[in-house]
Amino acid sequence: MGQQIYFEDVAEGMDLPVEVRNPTPRQLVQYAGASGDFYEIHYDRNFAQSTGLKDIIIHGALKNAMLGAYVTGWAGPAGELRRLTVQYRGMDYPDEPITAKGHVSRVYQEGSRNLVDCTIWLENPEGQQTTPGTATVALPSRG
Amino acid sequence: MSSDSFTLTDEMREQTIGVESEPTSMAIEQGHIARFAEAIGDDNPAYTVGTPESGGIVAPPTFLRAMRGIRPILPFEAPFTRLLDGGSDWEYFEPVRPGDTITAVGRIEDIRERNGSIGQMLISTIKITYRNQHDAVVATQTSTSIRY
Repeated sequence: MGQQIYFEDVAEGMDLPVEVRNPTPRQLVQYAGASGDFYEIHYDRNFAQSTGLKDIIIHGALKNAMLGAYVTGWAGPAGELRRLTVQYRGMDYPDEPITAKGHVSRVYQEGSRNLVDCTIWLENPEGQQTTPGTATVALPSRG
Repeated sequence: MSSDSFTLTDEMREQTIGVESEPTSMAIEQGHIARFAEAIGDDNPAYTVGTPESGGIVAPPTFLRAMRGIRPILPFEAPFTRLLDGGSDWEYFEPVRPGDTITAVGRIEDIRERNGSIGQMLISTIKITYRNQHDAVVATQTSTSIRY
């Protein structure tokens, strides 16, 4: 945090820095409490396995939040998130590293706004994109 | 699944598209925002103390997920017991801050039937519109849910 990226600094195709996170069952319980989503598949292993899952799974909405944190962290304190999309394609499990990656897909102006579209996603340890998404951020100009 | 007798007719689709949930309101609290930011692992100071750029404390982008029970009720019975979240598309217009009261209404935008690897599925698209106490739209979330 703290570092500001400017519109003039970005170009289409540029990579966002890779970030690795390590969600724990404790974090899933924290998220259940903070969001009010107490579906047992996120913290009760016996229950999760009774529904056919191999283990408790990370809330889709927590993965959405991780992608939000990833792109707003990149956009810096003066960056403004305008749009965030996410698709849940695969399950992710706690106690496994989850990697956020992305690149700039479009750089353009709309009215007075300097906009940047990013393609972003979360990867599991096997390198599968379990959680692809997109984001549009407005960035400040150096000028 | 005992769902092989279910068919989504054109009439059912027409009845369903446009159905809205009751409005749900939530008072936005500073402590709740801080707990949510900690839970998602985001140490951005805009969520705890505010920054010059944020002009005070704001809520993280997906904080409004903490508003529960916004699901519109289907106007027909469907023989599916399981629900999967397919994803979300958020648009942001105004910041959400402690002291705001946000009111959310969900509207069914689309519903369709599909056969996939998990059998017969009912896929619905719901757009939630979040307004603040000044009646300004702060965000919308269009989410896809899969019943199977």
